Amino acid sequence: MADEKDILAAAVERDYSEGFVTEIEQEFVPKGLNEEIIRLISAKKQEPAWLLDFRLDAFRKWQQMTPPKWGHLSRLPEIDFQDIIYYAAPKSDSDRPKEIDPALQETFDKLGIPTGEREVLAGVKSKVAVDAVFDSVSVSTTFRRTLAEKGIIFCSFSEAVREHPDLVRRYLASVVPVGDNFYAALNSAVFSDGSFCYIPKGVKCPMDLSSYFRINASGTGQFERTLIIADEGSSLSYMEGCTAPMRDENQLHAAVVEIIVEKDADVRYSTVQNWYPGDAQGRGGILNLVTKRGLCRGENSHLSWTQVETGSAITWKYPSSILLGDNSSSEFYSVALTNHYQQADTGTKMIHIGKNTRSRILSKGISAGFSENSYRGLVRMNPGADGARNFSQCDSLLIGDNCGAHTFPVIQNLNPRASVEHEATTSRISEDQLFYCNQRGLATEDAIGLIVNGYAREVLSRLPMEFAVEAQKLLSVNLEGSIG
Amino acid sequence: MDNLLEIKDLHAGIEGKEILKGIDLSIRPGEIHAIMGPNGAGKSTLSAVLAGRPDFSVTQGSISFAGHDLLAMSPEERAWAGIFLSFQYPIQIPGVSITNFLKSAVAAKRKATGEPELSPAQFLKLLKEKMALVKMKGEFAKRDVNVGFSGGEKKRNEILQMAMLDPVLSILDETDSGLDVDALKIVADGVNALRSPEKSAIIITHYKHLLDLITPDVVHVLKNGRIVATGGLEIADRIQNEGFDGING
Repeated sequence: MADEKDILAAAVERDYSEGFVTEIEQEFVPKGLNEEIIRLISAKKQEPAWLLDFRLDAFRKWQQMTPPKWGHLSRLPEIDFQDIIYYAAPKSDSDRPKEIDPALQETFDKLGIPTGEREVLAGVKSKVAVDAVFDSVSVSTTFRRTLAEKGIIFCSFSEAVREHPDLVRRYLASVVPVGDNFYAALNSAVFSDGSFCYIPKGVKCPMDLSSYFRINASGTGQFERTLIIADEGSSLSYMEGCTAPMRDENQLHAAVVEIIVEKDADVRYSTVQNWYPGDAQGRGGILNLVTKRGLCRGENSHLSWTQVETGSAITWKYPSSILLGDNSSSEFYSVALTNHYQQADTGTKMIHIGKNTRSRILSKGISAGFSENSYRGLVRMNPGADGARNFSQCDSLLIGDNCGAHTFPVIQNLNPRASVEHEATTSRISEDQLFYCNQRGLATEDAIGLIVNGYAREVLSRLPMEFAVEAQKLLSVNLEGSIG
Repeated sequence: MDNLLEIKDLHAGIEGKEILKGIDLSIRPGEIHAIMGPNGAGKSTLSAVLAGRPDFSVTQGSISFAGHDLLAMSPEERAWAGIFLSFQYPIQIPGVSITNFLKSAVAAKRKATGEPELSPAQFLKLLKEKMALVKMKGEFAKRDVNVGFSGGEKKRNEILQMAMLDPVLSILDETDSGLDVDALKIVADGVNALRSPEKSAIIITHYKHLLDLITPDVVHVLKNGRIVATGGLEIADRIQNEGFDGING
């Protein structure tokens, strides 16, 4: 009788279908990091003096800082920051041609990302406006005219600096200060491109907005910067996706995302993170060291984070909310899956400042292979947060005997009229569940996919439809070869 | 007519302990066989071995199913070939609805047997039809598989799955245990509705009640890992009156 573990061992290795490289002529700045490099990047982007000063200030702060060591990430290597290329761009893009380069077009087509509006309008793809970022530059943003009619600004960060300098200057680093942490300081010094979004007062954004990040060049890092501002009474659903080629080297991705939510505004931010995770032996993969934070500044403002993290060799990421406005609320819904030698240390911070602020955390970790998966969270009730409430639930699912799951919840309740609840569970996929599914005709890998998707359902159901389907597939694919 | 199932000198056990000590059993298409016996006789071991549960090992003997060497097949291959086990203790799968679970199971079986995929509409029509068979309301299909189910709901769900997967050989492992009279009737009606000249079943039970509702063609008594008596319903009557002690082959 064939043992199920043999069947799994014989099963195909995880197929990272996004692992191809695009052959395109690119320009780079020299390897390494110093003030000259920063001046060079800033000059290439023809930035105003205030932004160069911002970068140099960040660089000087960064030089005084050391990488944080508190993450449960034993495989995070010592990064040689002088051995990285901080800027890579497709050559033809330097003078911003009207048409997207055919090689890039093909790349994004292959990834299923619509960079043209035609197929969307023809109903082939659902209506989503996309900002596509390739290494260090944004190469295309769709539906800008449609959005502009409503006063919505959706463009690359570089363009926002040129076209809307006042907005950028007012909000940049207002949520994540330059010296917030080591990687945020690095990003502030060298960030290249990213997305900028402004939704004016009272406007409900008529379509989902999406940024798609692609790392292509070898030896480079990606340092994107995203800034989202939802003005009073506006609403927005925003999605972010990412992929990279398969390589034996580690590549650094250190992004900063800042979100400002004004009175009565509503922002839903969804991420499906599928950076190259490294191979089954733990070689290569993206080091995903990211700072994401939203400020619920106005009364009744609302921000929800939904993330499905399946990629990267290392994930260090804590999308957080500062609940400043009275009655503001936030949620963090997360599925983090690690397989083989991946390590993820991810979670959130909910900082309650305003009265009657509410937050909910639902974290679902899935560990397989030799991976380590940690939830790390902070819930803080400030002295003024009367009537504030938080409920957190952190579940871990283990597949196999060689992986680890950990939770590090920190609660700081400085207000006796605030309430914080925390629940945690750890479970395993049991042999009984697998056999029950097998007996109904589901092969073991299909059974694991089904069980894992069921476990993650409450989070997946929060994603926009098209994203949810992609996420479900990713959870199944990324578990191939997970036992054995 | 050829036997659908033919078990010869089957020895099997778990963790080195022999539980089945030489079983011989033949079932022809269309026949329903009841297997009765006291606790620990090996009834559930027999059903587990037929379904291919990995923690049980076969040390001797053979099982042929529709001409195939059953012991060489994985649990899912057995399911595709038409073996269905109604579990004594059905397993929970949180977050997975009955609809979703059955959709995956039916699709996997049809793919494996080369049948065309059902359209969503065809699938839902089939599901509705089979749910009516076990008197389930539409809402039931939205619930997570076996999560928070009563004993009766779990067993009806097993019969629903059986009806959806349309097996050639159904093994009902103590499907009657823990059921009240009404639930027992629903389950029995469901099983009877699926009877046909091609379909066979093994009904494992302690008690005669279920056999009053589903009439078996043959009754076997299993004790200490061996079949000690084979006959008709009269054996079940004897057990009802005298207990298992009186039957020693």
